[in-house]
Amino acid sequence: MNQHAENGQALSESWHVALKGMVRHYDGPPAVQALGPIDLTIRRGEFFSVVGPSGCGKSTLLDVLCGLVRPTGGSVRFESKELRGQVPDGIGVVFQEDASMPWLSVRQNVAFGLRTSSLSKKQVAERVDHAVSFMGLAQFADHYPAQLSGGMRQRVCIARTLVLRPRLILLDEPFGALDQQTRLLMGDELLRLWRETGATVLLITHALDEAAMLSDRVGVMSARPGRFIDLVATGWPRDRDSRIVSDPEFGTVTARLWSSLREESLKTMGRAA
Amino acid sequence: MTRRHAVLLVRIAVLAGLVATLEICCRIGIIDPLTVIPPSDMVASMIDRIGSGELNESIVNTFSTVGLAFMLAVGCGTLAGALVHRWSRLRDVADPLLASYYSVPTFIFYPLLVALLGLGKAPLAVLGVLSAAPAVMIGTLSGLDGVSPVLLKMARVHRLSPARTLCWIVLPAALPRLFSGFKLALSYALIGVIAGEFILSGTGLGYAISYAYQSFDNRAMYGLMLFVLLVAVIANGLLYVWEGRLARRRSTG
Repeated sequence: MNQHAENGQALSESWHVALKGMVRHYDGPPAVQALGPIDLTIRRGEFFSVVGPSGCGKSTLLDVLCGLVRPTGGSVRFESKELRGQVPDGIGVVFQEDASMPWLSVRQNVAFGLRTSSLSKKQVAERVDHAVSFMGLAQFADHYPAQLSGGMRQRVCIARTLVLRPRLILLDEPFGALDQQTRLLMGDELLRLWRETGATVLLITHALDEAAMLSDRVGVMSARPGRFIDLVATGWPRDRDSRIVSDPEFGTVTARLWSSLREESLKTMGRAA
Repeated sequence: MTRRHAVLLVRIAVLAGLVATLEICCRIGIIDPLTVIPPSDMVASMIDRIGSGELNESIVNTFSTVGLAFMLAVGCGTLAGALVHRWSRLRDVADPLLASYYSVPTFIFYPLLVALLGLGKAPLAVLGVLSAAPAVMIGTLSGLDGVSPVLLKMARVHRLSPARTLCWIVLPAALPRLFSGFKLALSYALIGVIAGEFILSGTGLGYAISYAYQSFDNRAMYGLMLFVLLVAVIANGLLYVWEGRLARRRSTG
Protein backbone atom coordinates (compact mmCIF):
# COMPACT_ATOMS: atom_id res chain seq x y z
CA MET A 1 0.00 0.00 0.00
CA ASN A 2 2.82 2.30 0.78
CA GLN A 3 4.93 4.01 -1.77
CA HIS A 4 6.49 6.58 0.45
CA ALA A 5 10.16 7.53 0.40
CA GLU A 6 9.41 9.42 -2.77
CA ASN A 7 11.36 12.60 -3.24
CA GLY A 8 11.07 15.10 -6.03
CA GLN A 9 8.31 16.32 -8.21
CA ALA A 10 7.55 13.62 -10.74
CA LEU A 11 3.94 14.61 -11.15
CA SER A 12 1.82 13.36 -13.96
CA GLU A 13 -1.43 14.96 -12.78
CA SER A 14 -2.26 18.59 -13.46
CA TRP A 15 -0.75 21.05 -11.00
CA HIS A 16 -2.97 23.35 -8.93
CA VAL A 17 -0.46 25.37 -6.99
CA ALA A 18 3.10 25.96 -8.10
CA LEU A 19 5.91 27.79 -6.32
CA LYS A 20 9.08 28.45 -8.25
CA GLY A 21 12.14 29.87 -6.50
CA MET A 22 9.81 31.55 -4.03
CA VAL A 23 11.62 33.64 -1.42
CA ARG A 24 10.21 35.80 1.33
CA HIS A 25 12.30 38.04 3.51
CA TYR A 26 11.48 40.83 5.89
CA ASP A 27 13.34 44.12 5.95
CA GLY A 28 15.07 44.77 9.23
CA PRO A 29 16.50 45.72 11.37
CA PRO A 30 17.41 42.92 11.57
CA ALA A 31 16.58 41.75 8.03
CA VAL A 32 15.27 38.21 8.12
CA GLN A 33 14.94 35.71 5.35
CA ALA A 34 11.86 33.79 6.41
CA LEU A 35 11.40 31.43 3.48
CA GLY A 36 13.01 29.87 0.52
CA PRO A 37 13.95 29.43 -2.08
CA ILE A 38 11.03 27.04 -2.43
CA ASP A 39 10.11 24.97 -5.47
CA LEU A 40 6.92 23.03 -4.97
CA THR A 41 4.02 21.80 -7.05
CA ILE A 42 0.76 20.63 -5.51
CA ARG A 43 -1.55 18.51 -7.62
CA ARG A 44 -5.23 19.32 -8.12
CA GLY A 45 -7.23 17.48 -5.45
CA GLU A 46 -4.15 16.53 -3.43
CA PHE A 47 -4.04 16.58 0.37
CA PHE A 48 -0.65 18.12 1.13
CA SER A 49 0.66 18.80 4.62
CA VAL A 50 3.59 20.89 5.75
CA VAL A 51 5.55 20.11 8.90
CA GLY A 52 8.58 21.92 10.20
CA PRO A 53 10.31 23.17 13.33
CA SER A 54 8.91 26.16 15.20
CA GLY A 55 9.62 29.47 13.50
CA CYS A 56 10.56 27.89 10.17
CA GLY A 57 8.04 30.00 8.26
CA LYS A 58 5.12 27.55 7.89
CA SER A 59 2.52 30.23 8.58
CA THR A 60 4.33 32.71 6.33
CA LEU A 61 4.14 30.11 3.58
CA LEU A 62 0.38 29.90 4.08
CA ASP A 63 0.10 33.70 4.02
CA VAL A 64 2.01 33.76 0.73
CA LEU A 65 -0.15 30.99 -0.72
CA CYS A 66 -3.41 32.74 0.08
CA GLY A 67 -2.13 36.05 -1.22
CA LEU A 68 -1.99 37.85 2.14
CA VAL A 69 1.77 38.30 1.81
CA ARG A 70 3.65 39.10 -1.40
CA PRO A 71 6.68 36.90 -2.10
CA THR A 72 9.94 38.84 -2.23
CA GLY A 73 11.29 36.73 -5.07
CA GLY A 74 10.27 33.91 -7.40
CA SER A 75 6.69 33.15 -8.32
CA VAL A 76 3.57 31.64 -6.76
CA ARG A 77 0.84 30.47 -9.09
CA PHE A 78 -2.64 29.28 -8.23
CA GLU A 79 -4.35 27.74 -11.24
CA SER A 80 -3.33 30.07 -14.02
CA LYS A 81 -2.92 33.20 -11.92
CA GLU A 82 0.23 34.53 -10.36
CA LEU A 83 -0.28 35.68 -6.77
CA ARG A 84 1.17 39.05 -5.95
CA GLY A 85 -0.10 39.84 -2.49
CA GLN A 86 -3.81 39.74 -3.33
CA VAL A 87 -6.27 37.04 -2.26
CA PRO A 88 -7.63 35.31 -5.38
CA ASP A 89 -11.10 33.85 -5.82
CA GLY A 90 -11.32 30.13 -5.04
CA ILE A 91 -9.13 30.01 -1.93
CA GLY A 92 -10.54 29.37 1.54
CA VAL A 93 -8.47 29.71 4.71
CA VAL A 94 -8.98 28.25 8.19
CA PHE A 95 -6.76 29.77 10.84
CA GLN A 96 -5.30 28.28 14.00
CA GLU A 97 -6.94 30.92 16.17
CA ASP A 98 -10.67 30.99 16.74
CA ALA A 99 -11.94 33.21 13.93
CA SER A 100 -15.64 32.81 14.70
CA MET A 101 -17.44 36.07 15.29
CA PRO A 102 -18.94 36.05 18.78
CA TRP A 103 -21.73 38.50 17.88
CA LEU A 104 -23.12 36.22 15.15
CA SER A 105 -24.95 32.91 15.53
CA VAL A 106 -23.49 29.77 13.97
CA ARG A 107 -25.73 30.17 10.91
CA GLN A 108 -24.83 33.86 10.56
CA ASN A 109 -21.14 33.05 10.95
CA VAL A 110 -21.33 30.49 8.18
CA ALA A 111 -23.37 32.82 5.96
CA PHE A 112 -20.78 35.57 6.49
CA GLY A 113 -18.61 34.00 3.81
CA LEU A 114 -21.34 34.71 1.26
CA ARG A 115 -22.21 38.28 2.25
CA THR A 116 -20.44 39.71 -0.76
CA SER A 117 -21.56 37.01 -3.20
CA SER A 118 -24.12 37.59 -5.92
CA LEU A 119 -26.13 34.51 -4.92
CA SER A 120 -29.86 34.81 -4.21
CA LYS A 121 -31.11 34.55 -0.62
CA LYS A 122 -32.44 31.08 -1.37
CA GLN A 123 -29.11 29.90 -2.75
CA VAL A 124 -27.28 31.36 0.24
CA ALA A 125 -29.68 29.61 2.63
CA GLU A 126 -29.22 26.29 0.82
CA ARG A 127 -25.43 26.52 0.89
CA VAL A 128 -25.41 27.55 4.53
CA ASP A 129 -27.79 24.76 5.54
CA HIS A 130 -25.67 22.25 3.68
CA ALA A 131 -22.41 23.44 5.24
CA VAL A 132 -23.93 23.58 8.72
CA SER A 133 -25.30 20.04 8.39
CA PHE A 134 -22.11 18.76 6.78
CA MET A 135 -20.08 19.94 9.75
CA GLY A 136 -22.60 18.44 12.21
CA LEU A 137 -23.75 21.81 13.50
CA ALA A 138 -27.45 21.64 12.53
CA GLN A 139 -28.57 21.36 16.15
CA PHE A 140 -26.49 24.39 17.07
CA ALA A 141 -27.32 26.63 14.13
CA ASP A 142 -28.88 29.30 16.33
CA HIS A 143 -26.27 29.08 19.09
CA TYR A 144 -23.56 31.68 19.54
CA PRO A 145 -19.86 30.72 19.47
CA ALA A 146 -19.48 31.29 23.21
CA GLN A 147 -21.95 28.47 23.75
CA LEU A 148 -19.84 26.01 21.76
CA SER A 149 -16.69 24.01 22.50
CA GLY A 150 -13.36 24.91 20.85
CA GLY A 151 -13.73 22.04 18.37
CA MET A 152 -17.22 23.15 17.38
CA ARG A 153 -16.09 26.74 16.92
CA GLN A 154 -13.36 25.50 14.59
CA ARG A 155 -16.03 23.53 12.70
CA VAL A 156 -17.98 26.79 12.33
CA CYS A 157 -14.89 28.36 10.75
CA ILE A 158 -14.46 25.38 8.42
CA ALA A 159 -18.16 25.59 7.46
CA ARG A 160 -17.72 29.30 6.72
CA THR A 161 -14.91 28.38 4.34
CA LEU A 162 -16.92 25.50 2.88
CA VAL A 163 -19.85 27.69 1.75
CA LEU A 164 -17.48 29.50 -0.56
CA ARG A 165 -16.85 26.19 -2.36
CA PRO A 166 -13.11 26.88 -2.50
CA ARG A 167 -10.97 24.95 -4.93
CA LEU A 168 -7.99 25.30 -2.59
CA ILE A 169 -8.41 25.05 1.19
CA LEU A 170 -5.53 26.28 3.34
CA LEU A 171 -5.51 25.27 6.99
CA ASP A 172 -3.06 26.77 9.47
CA GLU A 173 -2.82 24.36 12.41
CA PRO A 174 -6.61 24.37 12.71
CA PHE A 175 -6.69 21.72 15.45
CA GLY A 176 -3.71 23.04 17.41
CA ALA A 177 -5.79 24.02 20.43
CA LEU A 178 -7.82 20.79 20.59
CA ASP A 179 -7.29 17.65 22.64
CA GLN A 180 -5.95 14.51 20.95
CA GLN A 181 -9.26 12.64 20.60
CA THR A 182 -11.01 15.69 19.16
CA ARG A 183 -8.12 16.21 16.77
CA LEU A 184 -8.45 12.66 15.45
CA LEU A 185 -12.19 13.08 14.95
CA MET A 186 -11.73 16.50 13.35
CA GLY A 187 -9.17 14.88 11.08
CA ASP A 188 -11.87 12.43 9.94
CA GLU A 189 -14.21 15.37 9.29
CA LEU A 190 -11.51 17.07 7.26
CA LEU A 191 -10.89 13.95 5.17
CA ARG A 192 -14.62 13.61 4.51
CA LEU A 193 -14.76 17.26 3.47
CA TRP A 194 -11.74 16.80 1.20
CA ARG A 195 -13.25 13.73 -0.50
CA GLU A 196 -16.69 15.25 -1.01
CA THR A 197 -15.56 18.67 -2.24
CA GLY A 198 -12.71 17.45 -4.39
CA ALA A 199 -10.76 20.54 -3.28
CA THR A 200 -7.00 20.67 -2.96
CA VAL A 201 -6.03 20.89 0.71
CA LEU A 202 -2.86 22.31 2.19
CA LEU A 203 -2.52 21.73 5.91
CA ILE A 204 0.10 23.40 8.09
CA THR A 205 0.66 21.39 11.24
CA HIS A 206 3.27 20.72 13.88
CA ALA A 207 1.83 17.27 14.61
CA LEU A 208 3.65 14.58 12.66
CA ASP A 209 0.97 11.96 13.29
CA GLU A 210 -1.72 14.32 12.03
CA ALA A 211 0.24 15.02 8.87
CA ALA A 212 0.97 11.34 8.33
CA MET A 213 -2.66 10.34 8.89
CA LEU A 214 -4.32 12.93 6.68
CA SER A 215 -2.01 13.54 3.76
CA ASP A 216 -1.20 12.21 0.34
CA ARG A 217 2.16 13.92 0.67
CA VAL A 218 3.95 15.65 3.50
CA GLY A 219 6.54 18.36 2.97
CA VAL A 220 9.18 18.67 5.69
CA MET A 221 10.62 22.15 6.11
CA SER A 222 14.06 23.12 7.32
CA ALA A 223 14.78 25.57 10.13
CA ARG A 224 14.63 29.22 9.06
CA PRO A 225 14.83 30.14 6.23
CA GLY A 226 12.23 27.46 5.57
CA ARG A 227 12.84 25.25 2.55
CA PHE A 228 11.50 21.81 1.74
CA ILE A 229 14.14 19.27 2.72
CA ASP A 230 11.99 16.18 2.20
CA LEU A 231 8.74 15.28 0.47
CA VAL A 232 7.12 12.09 1.74
CA ALA A 233 4.33 10.41 -0.20
CA THR A 234 2.21 8.32 2.15
CA GLY A 235 0.44 6.23 -0.46
CA TRP A 236 -2.77 6.01 1.58
CA PRO A 237 -6.00 5.28 -0.31
CA ARG A 238 -8.31 8.26 -0.84
CA ASP A 239 -11.01 6.57 1.23
CA ARG A 240 -9.18 6.67 4.56
CA ASP A 241 -9.89 7.80 8.11
CA SER A 242 -8.21 8.02 11.51
CA ARG A 243 -8.09 4.23 11.82
CA ILE A 244 -5.10 4.40 9.48
CA VAL A 245 -3.02 5.04 12.61
CA SER A 246 -3.19 1.30 13.34
CA ASP A 247 -1.68 0.46 9.95
CA PRO A 248 1.90 -0.84 10.40
CA GLU A 249 3.05 1.53 7.64
CA PHE A 250 1.80 4.52 9.64
CA GLY A 251 4.70 4.18 12.05
CA THR A 252 7.13 4.01 9.15
CA VAL A 253 5.79 7.24 7.66
CA THR A 254 5.88 9.03 11.01
CA ALA A 255 9.41 7.76 11.69
CA ARG A 256 10.55 9.02 8.28
CA LEU A 257 9.08 12.44 9.01
CA TRP A 258 10.77 12.61 12.39
CA SER A 259 14.08 11.48 11.01
CA SER A 260 13.96 14.37 8.50
CA LEU A 261 12.78 16.85 11.07
CA ARG A 262 14.88 16.00 14.12
CA GLU A 263 18.06 17.70 13.05
CA GLU A 264 16.18 20.83 11.98
CA SER A 265 14.31 20.96 15.29
CA LEU A 266 17.60 20.71 17.17
CA LYS A 267 18.91 23.64 15.11
CA THR A 268 16.02 25.82 16.25
CA MET A 269 16.92 24.90 19.84
CA GLY A 270 20.48 26.02 19.18
CA ARG A 271 21.89 22.50 19.47
CA ALA A 272 23.76 20.38 16.95
CA ALA A 273 22.45 16.93 16.04
CA MET B 1 -36.16 31.55 40.83
CA THR B 2 -32.92 32.10 38.94
CA ARG B 3 -29.81 33.48 40.64
CA ARG B 4 -30.16 36.69 38.67
CA HIS B 5 -33.68 37.26 39.92
CA ALA B 6 -32.65 36.46 43.49
CA VAL B 7 -29.80 39.01 43.30
CA LEU B 8 -32.19 41.61 41.90
CA LEU B 9 -34.67 40.99 44.68
CA VAL B 10 -31.99 41.33 47.36
CA ARG B 11 -30.82 44.58 45.76
CA ILE B 12 -34.33 46.01 45.76
CA ALA B 13 -34.86 44.83 49.33
CA VAL B 14 -31.64 46.54 50.51
CA LEU B 15 -32.60 49.78 48.77
CA ALA B 16 -36.15 49.64 50.11
CA GLY B 17 -34.76 48.97 53.60
CA LEU B 18 -32.49 52.04 53.43
CA VAL B 19 -35.34 54.25 52.19
CA ALA B 20 -37.66 52.93 54.91
CA THR B 21 -34.97 53.55 57.57
CA LEU B 22 -34.50 57.12 56.33
CA GLU B 23 -38.27 57.64 56.33
CA ILE B 24 -38.57 56.42 59.94
CA CYS B 25 -35.56 58.43 61.14
CA CYS B 26 -37.00 61.59 59.59
CA ARG B 27 -40.51 60.94 60.91
CA ILE B 28 -39.49 60.26 64.53
CA GLY B 29 -37.07 63.19 64.61
CA ILE B 30 -33.72 61.37 64.67
CA ILE B 31 -32.86 63.36 61.52
CA ASP B 32 -33.69 67.05 61.57
CA PRO B 33 -36.23 67.85 58.80
CA LEU B 34 -34.24 71.04 58.14
CA THR B 35 -31.41 68.77 57.04
CA VAL B 36 -33.21 65.94 55.21
CA ILE B 37 -36.93 65.57 54.53
CA PRO B 38 -38.63 62.14 54.54
CA PRO B 39 -38.40 60.25 51.21
CA SER B 40 -42.20 60.22 50.88
CA ASP B 41 -42.13 64.05 51.01
CA MET B 42 -39.38 64.08 48.39
CA VAL B 43 -41.57 61.98 46.09
CA ALA B 44 -44.59 64.23 46.74
CA SER B 45 -42.51 67.33 46.10
CA MET B 46 -41.10 65.87 42.89
CA ILE B 47 -44.60 65.01 41.61
CA ASP B 48 -45.88 68.49 42.55
CA ARG B 49 -43.03 70.28 40.81
CA ILE B 50 -43.00 68.19 37.67
CA GLY B 51 -46.80 68.05 37.50
CA SER B 52 -47.18 71.83 37.85
CA GLY B 53 -45.19 72.36 34.63
CA GLU B 54 -43.13 75.15 36.19
CA LEU B 55 -39.94 73.19 35.51
CA ASN B 56 -40.70 72.22 31.93
CA GLU B 57 -38.32 74.77 30.48
CA SER B 58 -35.53 73.76 32.87
CA ILE B 59 -36.07 70.07 32.11
CA VAL B 60 -35.98 70.67 28.36
CA ASN B 61 -32.89 72.91 28.69
CA THR B 62 -30.97 70.47 30.84
CA PHE B 63 -31.72 67.29 28.95
CA SER B 64 -31.30 68.83 25.51
CA THR B 65 -27.87 70.10 26.64
CA VAL B 66 -27.00 66.68 28.08
CA GLY B 67 -28.16 65.04 24.84
CA LEU B 68 -26.10 67.46 22.76
CA ALA B 69 -23.02 66.98 24.95
CA PHE B 70 -23.45 63.20 24.83
CA MET B 71 -23.79 63.09 21.04
CA LEU B 72 -20.79 65.38 20.58
CA ALA B 73 -18.77 63.34 23.06
CA VAL B 74 -19.64 60.09 21.25
CA GLY B 75 -18.76 61.59 17.86
CA CYS B 76 -15.57 63.39 18.89
CA GLY B 77 -14.43 60.69 21.32
CA THR B 78 -14.91 57.86 18.83
CA LEU B 79 -13.16 59.77 16.06
CA ALA B 80 -10.29 60.84 18.32
CA GLY B 81 -9.98 57.29 19.69
CA ALA B 82 -9.85 55.84 16.17
CA LEU B 83 -7.19 58.37 15.09
CA VAL B 84 -5.04 57.77 18.15
CA HIS B 85 -5.40 54.01 17.63
CA ARG B 86 -4.32 54.39 14.00
CA TRP B 87 -1.15 56.40 14.71
CA SER B 88 1.15 54.88 17.29
CA ARG B 89 3.10 58.13 17.83
CA LEU B 90 -0.09 59.95 18.66
CA ARG B 91 -0.89 57.07 21.00
CA ASP B 92 2.42 57.54 22.84
CA VAL B 93 1.45 61.17 23.47
CA ALA B 94 -2.21 60.56 24.28
CA ASP B 95 -1.97 57.55 26.60
CA PRO B 96 -0.48 59.32 29.66
CA LEU B 97 -2.79 62.30 29.14
CA LEU B 98 -5.85 60.07 29.05
CA ALA B 99 -4.66 58.12 32.07
CA SER B 100 -4.45 61.29 34.14
CA TYR B 101 -7.33 63.22 32.55
CA TYR B 102 -9.92 62.58 35.24
CA SER B 103 -7.61 63.89 37.94
CA VAL B 104 -8.09 67.36 36.42
CA PRO B 105 -11.22 69.15 37.70
CA THR B 106 -12.60 70.38 34.37
CA PHE B 107 -15.21 72.50 36.16
CA ILE B 108 -12.55 75.10 36.92
CA PHE B 109 -12.64 76.01 33.23
CA TYR B 110 -16.32 76.96 33.39
CA PRO B 111 -15.71 80.70 33.99
CA LEU B 112 -13.31 80.68 31.05
CA LEU B 113 -15.90 78.93 28.89
CA VAL B 114 -18.53 81.51 29.88
CA ALA B 115 -16.11 84.29 29.01
CA LEU B 116 -15.40 82.69 25.63
CA LEU B 117 -18.84 81.38 24.72
CA GLY B 118 -21.21 83.51 26.79
CA LEU B 119 -24.02 82.29 29.03
CA GLY B 120 -26.36 79.70 27.61
CA LYS B 121 -26.10 76.17 26.31
CA ALA B 122 -22.69 76.39 24.65
CA PRO B 123 -20.40 76.48 27.72
CA LEU B 124 -22.53 73.83 29.45
CA ALA B 125 -22.40 71.55 26.40
CA VAL B 126 -18.63 72.04 26.15
CA LEU B 127 -18.28 71.21 29.85
CA GLY B 128 -20.37 68.06 29.26
CA VAL B 129 -18.22 67.11 26.28
CA LEU B 130 -15.01 67.74 28.24
CA SER B 131 -16.31 65.41 30.94
CA ALA B 132 -17.64 62.70 28.64
CA ALA B 133 -15.46 62.57 25.49
CA PRO B 134 -12.33 61.08 27.14
CA ALA B 135 -14.44 58.17 28.45
CA VAL B 136 -15.61 57.49 24.88
CA MET B 137 -12.04 57.83 23.64
CA ILE B 138 -10.72 55.38 26.23
CA GLY B 139 -13.57 52.95 25.40
CA THR B 140 -12.83 53.28 21.67
CA LEU B 141 -9.11 52.63 22.16
CA SER B 142 -9.81 49.66 24.36
CA GLY B 143 -12.39 48.32 21.90
CA LEU B 144 -10.12 48.68 18.88
CA ASP B 145 -7.18 47.16 20.77
CA GLY B 146 -9.41 44.18 21.55
CA VAL B 147 -10.30 43.36 17.93
CA SER B 148 -8.71 39.99 17.30
CA PRO B 149 -6.00 40.16 14.58
CA VAL B 150 -7.28 36.89 13.15
CA LEU B 151 -10.64 38.52 12.40
CA LEU B 152 -8.86 41.27 10.46
CA LYS B 153 -6.91 38.61 8.60
CA MET B 154 -10.16 36.83 7.85
CA ALA B 155 -11.57 40.08 6.47
CA ARG B 156 -8.64 40.28 4.06
CA VAL B 157 -9.13 36.66 3.01
CA HIS B 158 -12.78 37.49 2.27
CA ARG B 159 -11.53 40.51 0.29
CA LEU B 160 -13.63 42.98 2.27
CA SER B 161 -13.19 46.67 1.54
CA PRO B 162 -11.98 48.90 4.42
CA ALA B 163 -15.54 50.22 4.88
CA ARG B 164 -17.00 46.71 5.09
CA THR B 165 -14.21 45.59 7.39
CA LEU B 166 -15.09 48.50 9.67
CA CYS B 167 -18.85 47.86 9.61
CA TRP B 168 -18.87 44.06 9.60
CA ILE B 169 -15.84 43.23 11.73
CA VAL B 170 -14.23 46.10 13.65
CA LEU B 171 -17.32 47.85 15.02
CA PRO B 172 -19.20 44.71 16.11
CA ALA B 173 -16.01 43.28 17.64
CA ALA B 174 -15.30 46.51 19.52
CA LEU B 175 -18.93 47.19 20.45
CA PRO B 176 -18.96 45.91 24.06
CA ARG B 177 -16.06 48.19 25.04
CA LEU B 178 -17.36 51.07 22.95
CA PHE B 179 -20.65 50.64 24.74
CA SER B 180 -18.99 50.81 28.15
CA GLY B 181 -17.46 54.12 27.05
CA PHE B 182 -20.87 55.42 25.90
CA LYS B 183 -22.46 54.39 29.18
CA LEU B 184 -19.84 56.25 31.18
CA ALA B 185 -20.11 59.21 28.80
CA LEU B 186 -23.83 59.59 29.48
CA SER B 187 -23.21 59.77 33.22
CA TYR B 188 -20.31 62.20 32.80
CA ALA B 189 -22.29 64.41 30.41
CA LEU B 190 -25.15 64.56 32.92
CA ILE B 191 -22.77 65.36 35.77
CA GLY B 192 -20.91 67.98 33.71
CA VAL B 193 -24.03 69.80 32.55
CA ILE B 194 -25.90 69.77 35.87
CA ALA B 195 -22.79 70.75 37.82
CA GLY B 196 -22.21 73.59 35.33
CA GLU B 197 -25.78 74.78 35.74
CA PHE B 198 -25.36 74.53 39.50
CA ILE B 199 -22.24 76.72 39.54
CA LEU B 200 -23.01 79.58 37.23
CA SER B 201 -25.96 79.10 34.93
CA GLY B 202 -29.30 80.93 35.13
CA THR B 203 -31.34 78.04 33.81
CA GLY B 204 -31.77 74.27 33.97
CA LEU B 205 -32.31 71.72 36.69
CA GLY B 206 -28.89 72.30 38.25
CA TYR B 207 -29.71 75.97 38.60
CA ALA B 208 -33.17 75.11 40.02
CA ILE B 209 -31.58 72.87 42.66
CA SER B 210 -29.01 75.55 43.49
CA TYR B 211 -31.72 78.21 43.71
CA ALA B 212 -33.83 76.04 46.05
CA TYR B 213 -30.76 75.36 48.18
CA GLN B 214 -29.89 79.03 48.52
CA SER B 215 -33.53 79.83 49.33
CA PHE B 216 -33.60 77.20 52.10
CA ASP B 217 -36.43 75.47 50.19
CA ASN B 218 -35.53 71.94 51.22
CA ARG B 219 -38.72 70.41 49.90
CA ALA B 220 -38.14 71.78 46.38
CA MET B 221 -34.44 70.93 46.50
CA TYR B 222 -34.95 67.28 47.49
CA GLY B 223 -37.81 66.85 45.01
CA LEU B 224 -35.60 68.08 42.18
CA MET B 225 -32.63 66.04 43.36
CA LEU B 226 -34.81 62.93 43.38
CA PHE B 227 -36.01 63.70 39.85
CA VAL B 228 -32.47 64.08 38.50
CA LEU B 229 -31.46 60.91 40.33
CA LEU B 230 -34.38 58.94 38.87
CA VAL B 231 -33.70 60.13 35.32
CA ALA B 232 -30.00 59.21 35.66
CA VAL B 233 -30.84 55.78 37.09
CA ILE B 234 -33.45 55.06 34.39
CA ALA B 235 -31.15 56.16 31.54
CA ASN B 236 -28.27 54.09 32.91
CA GLY B 237 -30.62 51.19 33.60
CA LEU B 238 -31.77 51.15 29.98
CA LEU B 239 -28.18 51.16 28.74
CA TYR B 240 -27.32 48.47 31.28
CA VAL B 241 -30.14 46.23 30.00
CA TRP B 242 -29.07 46.78 26.39
CA GLU B 243 -25.44 46.08 27.26
CA GLY B 244 -26.51 42.94 29.12
CA ARG B 245 -28.34 41.67 26.04
CA LEU B 246 -25.24 42.21 23.92
CA ALA B 247 -23.01 40.55 26.50
CA ARG B 248 -25.28 37.53 26.96
CA ARG B 249 -24.84 36.57 23.29
CA ARG B 250 -21.09 36.63 23.73
CA SER B 251 -20.90 34.73 26.97
CA THR B 252 -21.65 31.15 27.80
CA GLY B 253 -25.04 29.98 28.97
